[in-house]
Amino acid sequence: MPKKIIKTENLNLWFANKKILKEINLEIVENKITAIIGPSGCGKSTFVRTLNRMNDLIPSCRITGNVHYKGKNIFSPETDVTNLRQNIGQVFQKPNPFPKSIFDNIAFGPRLYGEKNKDKLKNIVEESLEKVGLWKEVKNDLAKNALSLSGGQQQRLCLARTLATKPKVILMDEPCSALDPLSTAKIEDLMQNLKDITIVIVTHNMQQATRVSHFTGFFLMGKLIEFGETKDIFTKPQNKKTEDYISGKFG
Amino acid sequence: MKNNRILKEKIIFSFIKMAAFFSAITLVLIIGYVFIRGFKVISWQFLFQEVQQRDITKGGILQAIIGTIYLGIGTFFIAVPAGISSAIFLNEYIPDTKTSRVIRVAIRNLAGVPSIVYGLFGLAVFVQFFNLKTSLLSAILTLSSMTLPWIITASEESLKAVPFEFREAALAMGATNWQTIKKIVIPHSLPGMITGSILGLSRALGETAPIILVGATFYCRSLPTSVFDKFMALPYHLFILATQHAHPQAHEYALGTAIVLITIIYLMSLTAILIRYHLRKKKNA
Ligand SMILES: Nc1ncnc2c1ncn2[C@@H]1O[C@H](COP(=O)(O)OP(=O)(O)OP(=O)(O)O)[C@@H](O)[C@H]1O
Ligand SMILES: [Mg+2]
Repeated sequence: MPKKIIKTENLNLWFANKKILKEINLEIVENKITAIIGPSGCGKSTFVRTLNRMNDLIPSCRITGNVHYKGKNIFSPETDVTNLRQNIGQVFQKPNPFPKSIFDNIAFGPRLYGEKNKDKLKNIVEESLEKVGLWKEVKNDLAKNALSLSGGQQQRLCLARTLATKPKVILMDEPCSALDPLSTAKIEDLMQNLKDITIVIVTHNMQQATRVSHFTGFFLMGKLIEFGETKDIFTKPQNKKTEDYISGKFG
Repeated sequence: MKNNRILKEKIIFSFIKMAAFFSAITLVLIIGYVFIRGFKVISWQFLFQEVQQRDITKGGILQAIIGTIYLGIGTFFIAVPAGISSAIFLNEYIPDTKTSRVIRVAIRNLAGVPSIVYGLFGLAVFVQFFNLKTSLLSAILTLSSMTLPWIITASEESLKAVPFEFREAALAMGATNWQTIKKIVIPHSLPGMITGSILGLSRALGETAPIILVGATFYCRSLPTSVFDKFMALPYHLFILATQHAHPQAHEYALGTAIVLITIIYLMSLTAILIRYHLRKKKNA
């Protein structure tokens, strides 16, 4: 039995009076890649943002049910949300580096947690950029503004920035939708190399889901219609709606 | 149809051009008038010697210049920190509810209250209630109250201009609210906040009405030695020279004083621009 790092139990979510997520029960296997697919507006982003409590930022949001991270309820008052977000990092759809130097972007997380030692920070920066294959490209420009990088480089920088916080889980919400095919391939390679990190990736791209993920969940109108191993979902879906969606009949 | 549109475009454009031309001409005329009539009286003596009450042509306006500078410095160090912190508090910590929107509208309306009303407020609160007498301190506090709404409004605009993605990225990495504000929001909005503050301050320093009630006088023998002294200020000096002084050359001396006041305010705006430029450059390095 593989270990489950995140579990949701009867998760319901409303924005104001609109119910967005309905009775989601889903388990995320540790150190594997889980893809979330489904048509636009079905609640994928909302679901993913629930896992690191980023929906806290939206005042109209109301949640019932539970989400457990490593067996602990993330909504319980004992949970330190900054700690949770350090463990569950996020890469956004649009690359969003800070308007600071490349170095300061990567060092941002460690500094938040109190790391001041220059040498240690340098090591973390190098190591993180190395992991995303950016080190060779930028090692002489660490003082340059991160916004001067290309879109693909910026997204890899954002991934490196998240890796520098040593997360256990990374949530990726359509991380490649703003990127060219080459940069996309690079990000996908990276994901597969992060063997000791759990990844949840939202994607509209079926090929991407089959290429990178071990598990896939199909969402439709706020419900989790089907969940299973990626190869099963794409070759022998159990639900007619899943079959229609992956064969391109709607979406 | 098409011709009609082009004609309309031409009419509107020439109208806008005329309006722009008219405002430019007005500005040139005012500045030109002040400089041509007032320039003769500017001299080292005028700038660096104390006022001779008997004969204004024998001394300078040093007390008024220094008084206005003290007033500016005092107001800067009270109103800017208070205004920026209020803006951060309002914008970052209070949820966007009906009450907070009412507070915001109230602050915006305070920015439109006539300056003489602030003078009356300062008289009642600082001079009488807190018993600070008519003094430099009362005037600084009065001008601070007056500039506060401007600074808060300008600062809130710059805080609102910080892209949500930056805040989101920081919070998603586990930053606390305060860390996000300190490391992302403030660096990003500081140039705008400082510029808005300095421009507000320079506007306030040209005001006569609020300070005459709370501590400015037409004549002080010497420079203020403490914040509890009365003081002289350029706009008030100008006002008296222009309206109530018997000396035949009073008008020229009023305009000379105006030149000094305009220059100080212009220098402040220039400083604001330089600060903004410098901080922008640092941010995009
Ligand atoms: N901040 C918000 N306030 C109110 N409603 C919201 C908010 N964010 C999203 N919604 C609504 O929640 C629903 C789900 O949105 P969500 O962004 O999760 O969809 P999605 O599956 O990620 O879509 P896409 O594939 O287009 O990104 C939508 O109907 C959307 O209008
Ligand atoms: Mg989405």
